[in-house]
Amino acid sequence: MPATSKATRESHARVFDLDVQSLRELNQALHQLTPGSNETAWEVLNPKGNHSVAVGVDQPVSIDVRGSVGYYCGGMNSGSAITVHGSAGPGVGENMMAGSITVKGDASQYAGATGKGGLLVIEGNASSRCGISMKGIDIVVHGNIGHMSAFMAQSGNLVVLGDAGDALGDSIYEARLFVRGKVDSLGADCIVKEMRPEHLELLQGLLDRAGVTGVKPSEFKRYGSARTLYNFNIDNADAY
Amino acid sequence: MCGIVGLFLKDKTLEPKLGAMLSEMLVSLSDRGPDSAGIAIYGATSGNEAKITIQSPKPDRDFRGLDAELAKALGAPVSIAVKSTHAVVRTTPDKVDAAREALQSLRPDVRIMGAGEAVEIYKEVGLPEAVVDRFEVRKMTGTHGIGHTRMATESAVTTMGAHPFSTGGDQCLVHNGSLSNHNNVRRELVREGMKFETENDTEVAAAYLSSQMAHGKNLGEALEGTLSDLDGFFTFVVGTKNGFGVVRDPIACKPAVMAETDQYVAFGSEYRALTKLPGIDNARVWEPEPATVYFWEH
Repeated sequence: MPATSKATRESHARVFDLDVQSLRELNQALHQLTPGSNETAWEVLNPKGNHSVAVGVDQPVSIDVRGSVGYYCGGMNSGSAITVHGSAGPGVGENMMAGSITVKGDASQYAGATGKGGLLVIEGNASSRCGISMKGIDIVVHGNIGHMSAFMAQSGNLVVLGDAGDALGDSIYEARLFVRGKVDSLGADCIVKEMRPEHLELLQGLLDRAGVTGVKPSEFKRYGSARTLYNFNIDNADAY
Repeated sequence: MCGIVGLFLKDKTLEPKLGAMLSEMLVSLSDRGPDSAGIAIYGATSGNEAKITIQSPKPDRDFRGLDAELAKALGAPVSIAVKSTHAVVRTTPDKVDAAREALQSLRPDVRIMGAGEAVEIYKEVGLPEAVVDRFEVRKMTGTHGIGHTRMATESAVTTMGAHPFSTGGDQCLVHNGSLSNHNNVRRELVREGMKFETENDTEVAAAYLSSQMAHGKNLGEALEGTLSDLDGFFTFVVGTKNGFGVVRDPIACKPAVMAETDQYVAFGSEYRALTKLPGIDNARVWEPEPATVYFWEH
């Protein structure tokens, strides 16, 4: 019976209570996991805004964090599936390589910064600099994002169901930005682009992976690089 | 870095716990700045009494007999309550300026931390834990307060370089960030007649707000002015006799989290600072928007 098997699985989760155990003990235990370990479910209690919760995990385990976290939760994640049942401080999922992070609440500055892979889902709002310098990560934000998001974004996809703040995609390279709501302003060299069938298909896939329902890809606009900053323009020589 | 906190109580039953709550918040951010720490607490006002918080590097020498000497110089009653290197001088509200002058001649080494009807300010070099212990901040009652733990960037690690900075009656400010046009703004304010104790950028921000409010602006309007007149990085938390305000510069790279319930409004550089507040799990928690003024008044 499904209900029983779920209960059994949860009862086997390895529980870390950060009111009792140290953050270092938690992260060391996670780093000592080896391929094929039976300890596939982890639960972290009382994170209380601590920094660097579950950073650098390189095994495909699930980690449920019961509360709000501080800086850099899940940073450098390389395969685990982390769920934050609360909000996240600055730099959640920074430099993520693979796996997934879901934040049930809001995320602070530079969520997913420099991320190379994996999926970061923020079910609330993200603040400034979301996806700054992203290098292949996929980010889906159910709410709004703040100013200077996707600054110098290189590759990957940023999907925003709400609105975006000022200077979206400033100096962007080849990342794709999909925004459903309004954009306060676009940054240098970021433009609206045509939504072609392959983009609608890509976006549908991202929405599916992020568990978003009731929202159609056709409701979004696509933004990306005009590619005018790729080469030096001799007419600008006087500016230097 | 620096860590800043603020707590504005709406529920009077929490007032006896203000010092303890604010101390807890500040101590939780100790690793954001180990150089010095300070706290300003707004207590009850009687309407016919002013408080001047003073500090001395040699409190035994400077505070002994000061009440009688000041009373004689002012021709008004004076009492002094000593707490470690600080003391709170109480006298009548009309004697504050005279008391400042008298202190300068009677005790040249004594520095004035702040003055007003409600505010008391305690700040020293050292970790927040040591500073709140030294001044018994946990026992203090009040309506609102702000605190700071410092990682120095713009001026020396001294008592006078610690925050909060107070440049007007019952006004004080804590700052996370650094200002780049403080020398220019200081020059303009000096021309207006404002006096400065340090070379510190934050003192300029405090004096700027005092000047704006002296020209008739309310706290919200004065904070609005910082967005156009001050250049640099800042998250400011400001206290006045009955108010509490927050503003972040348009870039907003200095962190900030706020929480509000029916009982209080709280500010922390990080969520860590808020986790022990009553009812925090059901509080409205949000990140203040860039270039947006928030203020509350009693």
